[in-house]
Amino acid sequence: MSKRTEQTDSVPEGFVVGQENIIGRQMTLLIPFVQLFGLYVIAHGELGPGGGFQGGVLLGVSIILYVLLYGQEAGYSRLTQRTNDVLVSAGVFIYGGIGVLTILLGGNYLQYGVLAADPKLGNHLGIVGIEVGIGIAVAAVMITLFNETIRRDDA
Amino acid sequence: MIKHLPVLVIAIPLLAAIIIPIAGRINRVLSWYIATAVTFICFIISLSLLQTVLNEGRISYWMGGWEPPFGIEYVVDHLTVFVLIIVSFMAFMGTVYAKKSIDNEIGPHRTPIFYAIYLLFVTGLMGIVMTGDIFNIYVFLEITSIAGYTLIAVGKKRQSLVAGFNYLIMGTIGATFILLGIGYLYLMTGTLNIADLANRLPELYQTSAVITAFAILAIGLSIKVALFPVHIWLPNSYTFAPSVISAVMAATATKVGAYAMYRILFTVFTPAFFASLGFQVAHVLLVMAVIAILAGSILAVSQKDIKKMLAYSSVGQIGYIVLGVSLMTVTGLMGSMLHLLNHAVMKGSLFLAVGAVVYRYGITSIEGLRGMGKKMPVTMAAFTIAALSMIGVPLTVGFVSKWYLAVASIKVGMWYLIPVIMISSLLTAVYFWRVIDNIWFKAAEGEEHGHGHAVSTGTKAVEAPLSMLVPTLTVAVLCIVFGVLAFAPASLAEQAAMILLK
Repeated sequence: MSKRTEQTDSVPEGFVVGQENIIGRQMTLLIPFVQLFGLYVIAHGELGPGGGFQGGVLLGVSIILYVLLYGQEAGYSRLTQRTNDVLVSAGVFIYGGIGVLTILLGGNYLQYGVLAADPKLGNHLGIVGIEVGIGIAVAAVMITLFNETIRRDDA
Repeated sequence: MIKHLPVLVIAIPLLAAIIIPIAGRINRVLSWYIATAVTFICFIISLSLLQTVLNEGRISYWMGGWEPPFGIEYVVDHLTVFVLIIVSFMAFMGTVYAKKSIDNEIGPHRTPIFYAIYLLFVTGLMGIVMTGDIFNIYVFLEITSIAGYTLIAVGKKRQSLVAGFNYLIMGTIGATFILLGIGYLYLMTGTLNIADLANRLPELYQTSAVITAFAILAIGLSIKVALFPVHIWLPNSYTFAPSVISAVMAATATKVGAYAMYRILFTVFTPAFFASLGFQVAHVLLVMAVIAILAGSILAVSQKDIKKMLAYSSVGQIGYIVLGVSLMTVTGLMGSMLHLLNHAVMKGSLFLAVGAVVYRYGITSIEGLRGMGKKMPVTMAAFTIAALSMIGVPLTVGFVSKWYLAVASIKVGMWYLIPVIMISSLLTAVYFWRVIDNIWFKAAEGEEHGHGHAVSTGTKAVEAPLSMLVPTLTVAVLCIVFGVLAFAPASLAEQAAMILLK
């Protein structure tokens, strides 16, 4: 047990495969594509299946995969806890902020039509906007949950 | 902007809740300022909504401009503002009080997150009250419950974690029942808008799915309001939560649960539905309420810890609220609603006063309060006012609601409820007298045999800090204000009751 607690890395041994390993190499190659797909799902969500939630999950998974490969310390060096916390708030804020914006522009809360001169375009903008917000929030919350779950210390 | 107040009262605390953790990174005290400002704004908005409702009647706000029943509707009527004001006022008092108390109880480094969760909790409560969509009620119920579990678990003692976890299990079971009930209703009617549901349900009253939905919803709501046999999450939660959370939760969370009960019993379903059933729902509720009143009081008598005593006393008081519901008359509902307000201010000030003792001395045992009247005279005066109120002394709020409940039970010919109310009041007097006796009439530990010199040093008044004293006193004074000027809340409650029983 003492050996395990001394280890600074918080992912169990054997999970940290690193870039030397075949699996590590392949998975590292995969990450950008997962992220790209996540962005696609978010952007596509307005008109087809998908949306902010699913896309956000994919974005979150890409970071989680990175942490699984290289450990939590490396993960934090890419995306610090602090940035992640800000992202959690920012995602929800975009959603709520668009609602407040529509009020300021003379509509009801979340009445996207008023966002642009053409109500149809306004609806597009509004939905894409909140999808982006949801995506950011979901991704950041997933990463937070994962990081908190695998953390060793009980600070 | 006035037109948008119904949604802003939800949106402002929600957005503030996510800004606070970031602001807290800049400066921890900033998070408290934001939380206080926001809860104060919510209180002002509630007052403004009260004025609008009194002048113009029911307000309906269409989310996203979608016409109900297709879109989500926020509804403000007399009942809504009545509960909304209780929630926002107690939330505001809670934030003012929290500044010193929370720093002491959970450590300064966690305060920004605390205020963020606190505002989410308040958002959820106000959302349940405002929304006219039954599924939205469930969503807000989850927001407020999940925030509530966390707020209980941050308490200083180890037991707070267990208490929070128990509440999580019970709360989730309750929420699941409510969701299932809503699912059945949606299945049968295809609508989630409460007003629309009320229109569509009457022709389906005889179907087993609707009857099942009602039974399931009733169970879920009973868990959420902590009606006697399913109250088990409540005592430990209130006992081990931080003081301010005990006060705010006791004053708001179960009250909003009762609000949801009113809405579902009387707006979604109607007395006509109860009449169409094979058995008397009112009688079942009545029996449960009487058991809750007596059991809560008896359990409270046997407690040694003051917070636990207050918590069990809450179980009894919830019985009164349900008793008023079970009478199903305007006067009964008025009594129930007045008790909602009255119990909020009484239990609020009791918990706040106890929190001040915890802050100064860290004592929660009733024995430990000996001689506290000399050490903290103002706080203990507030406690005594609220305790007298709980007993139901005339000119205090406790008397008003018990009076209405008694009158209502005589009106429907249930005179045998009067002894129940009397016995419970006597038991309340018994358990509060123990505390008052310790506070005012017993010398503090080690002082009873001391000489004059020792007494003069030992009984120096160490009052709670002003930021804790002011909310405690304000709420305690309200116990008398609403006791003397009872007509103001009573007329509002009467209109609310008439809307429910229309």
